[in-house]
This record gives sequence, C-alpha cells and structure tokens, in this order.
Amino acid sequence: MDFSFTEEQSMLRDTVASYLADHYDFEARRAALRSADGWRPAVWKAFAEELGILGASFAEDLGGLGGGPTETMVIMEEFGKALVVEPYLGTVVIAGGLLKAGAPAGAAELIGQIIAGHATFAFAQAEPQGRYSLSDLKTTARKDGAGYVLGGHKAVVIGAPWASHLIVTARTGGGQRDAGGVSVFVVDKAAKGIVTRDYPTVDGSRASEVFFENVSIPAEALIGAEGGGLPLVEQVVDEAVAAVCAEACGVLRRLHEGTLEYTKQRKQFGAPIASFQVLQHRMVDMFMQLEQAVSMTYMAHIKLSEPAAERAKAISAAKVQIGRACRFVGQNAIQLHGGMGMTDEMAIGHYFKRATMIEGQFGSVDHHLRRYETLSFDKAA
Amino acid sequence: MDLDFSPQDVAFRAEVRAFLAESYPAALREKQSNEETLTKEDYFSWHRILAAKGWAAPSWPKEWGGTGWTPTQKYIWSEELAKADAIPVLPFGVAMLAPVIYTFATEEQKQRFLPGIRDGLVWWCQGYSEPGAGSDLASLNTKAERIKGDDGKEYYLVNGQKTWTTLAQHADWGFFLVRTDPNVKPQAGISFLLIDMKSPGVSVRPIITLEGGHEVNDVFLDNVKVPVENRIFHENQGWTCAKALLLHERSGIAGVARSKRGLERLREMAQTEKADDAGPLLADPFFRRKVADLEIDLTALEYTELRTLAGESSGKGPGPESSILKIKGTEIQQRLTELTVEAAGHYGAPYLRDLPHNVGAIGPDAAHGVAGQYFNTRKTSIYGGSNEIQRNIIAKLVLGL
Repeated sequence: MDFSFTEEQSMLRDTVASYLADHYDFEARRAALRSADGWRPAVWKAFAEELGILGASFAEDLGGLGGGPTETMVIMEEFGKALVVEPYLGTVVIAGGLLKAGAPAGAAELIGQIIAGHATFAFAQAEPQGRYSLSDLKTTARKDGAGYVLGGHKAVVIGAPWASHLIVTARTGGGQRDAGGVSVFVVDKAAKGIVTRDYPTVDGSRASEVFFENVSIPAEALIGAEGGGLPLVEQVVDEAVAAVCAEACGVLRRLHEGTLEYTKQRKQFGAPIASFQVLQHRMVDMFMQLEQAVSMTYMAHIKLSEPAAERAKAISAAKVQIGRACRFVGQNAIQLHGGMGMTDEMAIGHYFKRATMIEGQFGSVDHHLRRYETLSFDKAA
Repeated sequence: MDLDFSPQDVAFRAEVRAFLAESYPAALREKQSNEETLTKEDYFSWHRILAAKGWAAPSWPKEWGGTGWTPTQKYIWSEELAKADAIPVLPFGVAMLAPVIYTFATEEQKQRFLPGIRDGLVWWCQGYSEPGAGSDLASLNTKAERIKGDDGKEYYLVNGQKTWTTLAQHADWGFFLVRTDPNVKPQAGISFLLIDMKSPGVSVRPIITLEGGHEVNDVFLDNVKVPVENRIFHENQGWTCAKALLLHERSGIAGVARSKRGLERLREMAQTEKADDAGPLLADPFFRRKVADLEIDLTALEYTELRTLAGESSGKGPGPESSILKIKGTEIQQRLTELTVEAAGHYGAPYLRDLPHNVGAIGPDAAHGVAGQYFNTRKTSIYGGSNEIQRNIIAKLVLGL
C-alpha cells in the first residue's frame, strides 16, 4: 500500500505549480478569458516546450516522458488550482487516450503533434438529445468509397473554438441508442462541411455547437474498429472523468483554503467569523468532503487499469463523491464569503463556477449513481 | 381551521385574473418570463398601472392606499401575479420603507413620501450594509454630524460607504442607517435618514456579480448634506426603525408564489428534456423524486406562511418566526435553480448573457441562462440577514436560548 508520489511526480507537480504561479494568476487568466481568443496559445506553447507536460503521459517511444494516469492526475490537480482553461483534457487525455488505445495508422504522428503543442483537440461526443449517454447518437458516418461522410450536430463541444482537430463519435450502424454501431473518428476541423457556432461557457472556457454537413473523411480517420467503438469511448471517458476528478480536487482545495483565509480575517460582532462554532463546523464538513474527494480520486486513478466493469464502477463512485463535494464545498464557500463571494472580482466565485460545471461534466451525480447501481446490482441479470 | 376559499375569494380571484389578463403588458410578460434584465421604465410602467387600479400597495393602511384585503386575498393576489409572470413591484419603497414611514414618521413626512412610493414615481434604494457591517449591521460606521448650513438650517453631514445596494443605479432616493452617536453602544447611536441620491457627494459604483449581472452597487457618501427633516423617528433611535423594516423584508422573502411558478416551469422543462434512457426527464425516478421532494418542502413553507399571515391578520405583526420563511423560502429558491441546471444538462454551460434572448440561442429555450440564475440565487441565503443570522434570531427570540 503506497499513496506517495515518486520524486519525478513531485518534481512534475512543483514545475507545473511554479509555472502557473508565475504566469496564471487570477488577473492574467481574466484578461485571457476576455480576449477575442479566450485562451493563451503562448501558455500552451510553454506547456509543450518549457514544461514538457503535453508528453508526460505518453510512452517514451512516442516521444513522451513515459508517465501515465498519475502524471495526468498531478497535472490536472494543479490546473484545477489555477483554473486553467487550455484544452489539456480534450487534447492530451481524450484525444491522446484514444490515439493510444485505438492506435490508428496515423496515431504516432498525431501524438507527436500533440506533444509538440502543434495539434489541439476537442471531443465532439454529446448531442442535444442524448444527455450523458455515450451511445445515443444521431450523428452518422456513412460509408462512401474508401472513406466516410459525416452528418450531424454535436452539442457543447468544449474547447472546439481552439481545436485544430475534432474527435467525433458517430453511428456507422445500429439504432440511435444501440451499443453496437458506434465508431470514433479523428477529423481535421478545417474539413469542408464543418460549421461551428462558438460561444463562451459560464466557467470561462469556450465551446461550440458543431454541425457536420456532408463532411468527407478518409478511411484512416477511423480510430478502433468500425462499429465497435463504444468500449473504447467508455474507457477513454472514464480516464477523462478521473482527470476531471483530479482537477476538481485542485478547485476544491482552493475553495476550502480561500474560505478559511477569508473567515479568519473577516470580523463581525467583534471577532473573526471563523471563531463562530456554526461556521467552524461548516468548514470541517467542507474539509471532509474535500478529503473524501481526494481519496476517491486516488482510488479512481489506481483502478483505471482494472477490467472494464471494475474500472467503470470505481470511476462512477468517484464522480458521485466529486459531484457532491463540488456542490457542498462550492455553495458553502460562497455562503461563508457573504456578499464578497457573490462578486465577479473575487476569485472564489470563479472556482465555484468551475466546480458547478464539473458536477455535470461527463455525467451528473444521478447519472453516475445509476451507472454504479447497474454495475453493482444487475450483474446477475 | 378552514382552508376553503369563500365565494368572495373565488370572485376575487376571477377579478384579479381578468385584471391581469387585460392590463399586464404582453411585452413585460415576455421579458419577465425570459428573465431578461428589466429597465427602470419597465418596473415603473407596471407599478403605475397597479397604482392607477389602487393595487400597488395592498398591505398599507387603507388611508394611504392599502386595499384592506384579507390574508387570503393577498395570498390569491401574489399567486396570480406569479402565474402571470408579472414583474414584481420592487420591495424597497412599498414593502420596506413605507411601513417604517407609516409607523414612525411625522404626518408631514407621510404626506411628503408615501404618495410617491405608492404611485411608482420615486425609486428607493436601501443603504444598510457597509463593507465592515454585514451580518453585524449595528456596527455600521457611516457618520452623520449635525451642522448648521449657510442658510441657517440644520443638516446632517454624512460620510461613509454603503454596499450591496440593490438597483441603486436607478435610485432617486435612498433610506440610510447612519451613526449619529459614536459614544454609546452600537444600536443606540443610529439614525434613519432619507437621502436624495442627487445630492452632491453621493456616488454609485457598480458591483458585477459572479453571473455577470449588475444589480448591486457601492454607494459612497462624501460630505453629503441632508436636511434634518429627512430623519425618520428620533435621533439615535433609527435601530427601532431598522428592526421593524428587517422583519418586513424577511416576510416578503419567502417567495412562495414565485417558487410555485418556478416549479411549474421546471416540470414543463423536465417533461421535454430527455433522460439518459431517452424518456422524459420527469419520468426519471431520480429526478422526479427530487422534484416531488421539493414540492413537499414548498407545501410546508406555504402553509407556514399562511399561518403567519393568519396570525398577522389577528393583530400580531410579523414576528421573529418570519425568519423561518426567510430560511426555507431561500433554500427552496436555491434548490429550484439547482434542479433547473441539472435538467438543462450540457446546455447549462453556454454563457450567452450579452446576447438578446432567442437571438441565436444555444440549446432549448428553457435552458437559457439557467446557470446564471443558479449562481445569482446563491445571494438569497446571504442577503436580508444571512440564513445563519436568521437561525440565531430564532434561537434567541423564539426559543429563548
């Protein structure tokens, strides 16, 4: 039993933390969010060249540093503390994960571009009708000669305005909600027939509605087996959930610390409000939620390599705890900051907004509770 | 014990409904149901229609324009207003300041200020909280010193800063708590002043809240000269007025009718939105359980409010029990916005604040702006005396702990 980090992992954490402390303070982030682009390509370049973290979780023969989920966890937690918006999740975790696991012909080259910071990805998975289902797809990929023609509408594709490529899930067969018939494609966002409607999101990111209007893609765009993509998507989304849990730990840590700090210095009735027992207990409850969230995040990362059912159960369990913690800690951080917590000028509200979006990202508490129940109790059926 | 509506009540409901159908402008209804930002003119135009009908200030004494409605009629009134998506009559003048005026002010002050409040001619804001005085309101620091003006008249010279002042950007006048005696215990040195917001030395600075809106402000008072006749009640006894006002603020805060309407909209939304299994979200056992739970909680609040109203009509003013209404009312409003965000799923994420409604909306209309509503509604358990302070009030004044 060992929950400690290796020296390399601790160094990685320090490197990321110190870079973000120097380049990603609240005001710098705010200015970037308000800019036309909404992100900082220069930061991305630094991630690739200065920090080398875009390759942290790729094997050395692919040009990476040979790390794995733990490295991703360390990086995402630090990103959470600074509310990083740059598309690490979509690019390294999701696209990188699919390229590793699905190993299509051009994977090595694309991974090389990811590590170098030249390619950024967004995950075009969700659809307007599908809520959190990964198989409810109206988007189709019709066979056309050697390649395919894509048609459909993807909803709230986070990071799409910044992406050079999209990862798209589409039906090559089966009914709208069938497990079979799901395929995964990597598509150049500049391909003819891709129309996007870009907008900001409430937590400071950018997203798009993505419309595919008869988009021709080559056969090599397929990741994994045609029609057999769902297990691959489930695996990589589980990896993404684990990464988001890690990000949440960073967000929650800041929400909790910020609240302690504020209540110690804010005086009412002649005393710091942190001296009132009712608020102390609240902050203890927040702390317990945070610690339980960290524990579940570790557990989730450890279990990522388990067989699919075991992995899925662990991931859903973790996401339930993270969703609850995000709500409880987020809401109470605002409450204990009083009116100040409601202002745009204080960082705490921005952490709360990110925490709120994490609650629903890749499935709400209800969604994951149900998935856990099914995996736990319905096996015999 | 009687929960039936009398034939008079039924007739009254019909009258209210007919009035709202005929007189509430469709343009305002549309803005309100889309939760668009309302202008000063929007608020006033509806207020003036109500004033012309004599219904702008139902709870006031009849001699000043109150309607003399029974608690049941008031309940019907607020219910029908919510159903019609009517924009609210702002509470600052009608519900908060006016009771202080008709309870504590001189006859002359009543004549001077009440008609403008009732008729929607003067926009009032509330100058209570300060950066250092929130929950501990009595520790407020804004200083008012008696001076003699060049005209030989007596004035207060007011200096200080107020904060969280809702819609002060529109205000013509404000009611302020100021310190007139720094040498006594905090509650004993406060006076209640009415200040013309156009007075030299008054400035208003916007505070942008986390969802991106501009509702609240800082108000700076820099050597503002206020005529002594603008003080309500005795010097140094403003805390008496403030406490009375806070009770009124709390009882209005339950928002039962509005939450009922909100629940109705949530149910409509959850009927259209799909669950993971592609059925309606409202058929999803997890989600419907939460909606049912909330409805039951709201019913409990509704009957608690009715009991409070009934008590009021038998001569008791709103007492410290109204803190229950504030706590439960705001918790329910917050829960409602949580469920709405959950119902919106992915489409809770787009931030489209600067776009006019429906112009290139992303996702279903019902999802538009729900996260912003959720963020904004966090204020309700903070303002008007935080819910922690309300619990202190119940512990101390109701339970005698």
